[in-house]
Amino acid sequence: DGNLLSKPLSHPDFFNVKELFSLKDLFDARVHLGHKKGCRHRFMEPYIFGCRLDQDIIDLDQTMQHLQLALNFTAHIAYRKGIILFISRKRQFCHLVERTARECGEYAHTRYWQGGLLTNAHIQFGPGVRLPDLIIFLSSLNNVFEPHVAIRDAAKMNIPTVGVVDTNCNPCLITYPIPGNDDSPTAMELYCKLFRMTIIRAKDKRRQSEIFNELQ
Amino acid sequence: TLRLIYTTTAVRRKNVGASGPEKYTEAFIKKQIEEFNLGKRHLANMMGEDPETFTQEDIDRAIAYLFPSGLFDKQARPMMKHPTEIFPEQRKIQWGEDGRPFHFLFYTGKQSYYSLMHETYEKLLNAQKYQDQLTAQDLSPQKEKKNLAGNRWLTKIELEEMLLEKLSDVDYSRFIQLLQKLLTLPCGDIEEKYIQKFCKEVPAQLKKVVIEPLKYDERGVAFSTGEGTRKTARATAVVYDNGTGKITVNGIDILHYFPVLQDREQLLFPFQFLDRIGKHDMVCTVSGGGRSAQAGAIRLASAKALRSFVTEQEVEFMRQAGLLTVDPRVKERKKPGQEGARRKFTWKKR
Repeated sequence: DGNLLSKPLSHPDFFNVKELFSLKDLFDARVHLGHKKGCRHRFMEPYIFGCRLDQDIIDLDQTMQHLQLALNFTAHIAYRKGIILFISRKRQFCHLVERTARECGEYAHTRYWQGGLLTNAHIQFGPGVRLPDLIIFLSSLNNVFEPHVAIRDAAKMNIPTVGVVDTNCNPCLITYPIPGNDDSPTAMELYCKLFRMTIIRAKDKRRQSEIFNELQ
Repeated sequence: TLRLIYTTTAVRRKNVGASGPEKYTEAFIKKQIEEFNLGKRHLANMMGEDPETFTQEDIDRAIAYLFPSGLFDKQARPMMKHPTEIFPEQRKIQWGEDGRPFHFLFYTGKQSYYSLMHETYEKLLNAQKYQDQLTAQDLSPQKEKKNLAGNRWLTKIELEEMLLEKLSDVDYSRFIQLLQKLLTLPCGDIEEKYIQKFCKEVPAQLKKVVIEPLKYDERGVAFSTGEGTRKTARATAVVYDNGTGKITVNGIDILHYFPVLQDREQLLFPFQFLDRIGKHDMVCTVSGGGRSAQAGAIRLASAKALRSFVTEQEVEFMRQAGLLTVDPRVKERKKPGQEGARRKFTWKKR
């Protein structure tokens, strides 16, 4: 059983997440499109490739690297049976995100965030709650264009975060930021598809390894 | 882990408010159900009835007989009901042994409400897809007008009971708006079943007042009866047709029974209104109340009796004149700290 948990950690890409996406897929899904120059956040400047007619273009090579790291991390968390929470405060994609979470067997929160959900969990839910082990932000701003409260709360509760950061977002407190578009429906569907496939793949691998270990 | 440096006894004290309302364990409720069933059999034995066929109504009657109580509040009297009715239904623990919650929206806080919204929105999207398919095939969507008149949406309290969760007014209004939007789309039978879960029938409150037909006595004269009340007086009047205008109260002529002109005017008012003063005879019985109350009661009784002799339009006129409405005014009770119902004790400045 020590083998079960340590074997994936020895490989750099145990779950082979690189084959799930390519640069062309990201381009076709319009992931490279950012907001206008005036909306640009100071800390997103390293991730921006350039500016065309006042609209920022995100560097897809960097996005590829970050996306690969993030998907690898989620796959490891799913392999070790961690709780994953999807957060997105975009009303357009709330149904899509909830559907993705239900299909993976993980959890979603696309509604109004009550203040003490993570920090005051023992009183809000009851003693003995298990908090999420990974939080995935499919849009890191809330409806008033401010950084989502959950980023700060997750940092307080030592919960790692993966987040899609657009050109007007603050990537500081997110452990695995993914610079990319969070407003187009095609981009969101692509992200949902990728996360769903990684999580299902990781869970299948875990089940196979357990059966393999039992047979031995 | 945090190391405790210094605390006061106030910190150690149990925070009664923080733990929320009392939680009943499953074992406790099971024990209560067993005790209830045993008690039911004992009670049946005591009353001398069959323990097997002892229903809840029998229990209520037995308790009312064995423990008579004069308390006004029904909830304060002794009662014996099944534990599921007494202890409110509560949520059991929402997560399994490994700590993973069962519901995918558990971390939102209001999982049942948000899952309801999710399902309703899915129905909406399905309806839109169906509509798009129909327009792509150039078929017009079927428009069946549903009968919305006798239905109402569930109230907020009923929805809270359904979901076992507290809702806010905003949440409730949002949900009703979603359902109304779903109704406006040309959706088929698929969604109707889903929407009917949140509809309730309103029983028709229109009570058509039935005007009794005329009855004929042995001489062949048409007559009809009416009843009337005013304050504490109760009166019944029998109005005969082809009469001379004689009115008898409790076997006594009205001139002798009601010496005051005002009371006799009250009696004659319905006949005067319908221009039938000399055409009808009346025999009435009255009890209770005072002089004026008895007059008012007989007036109402005679007006009700006259409805059978008269056209519908004239009945409507009588109703608008106030001849057919029961006067709800009764003597107001005297309150403590005051001389009468309204009169206060004399106020002295010093």
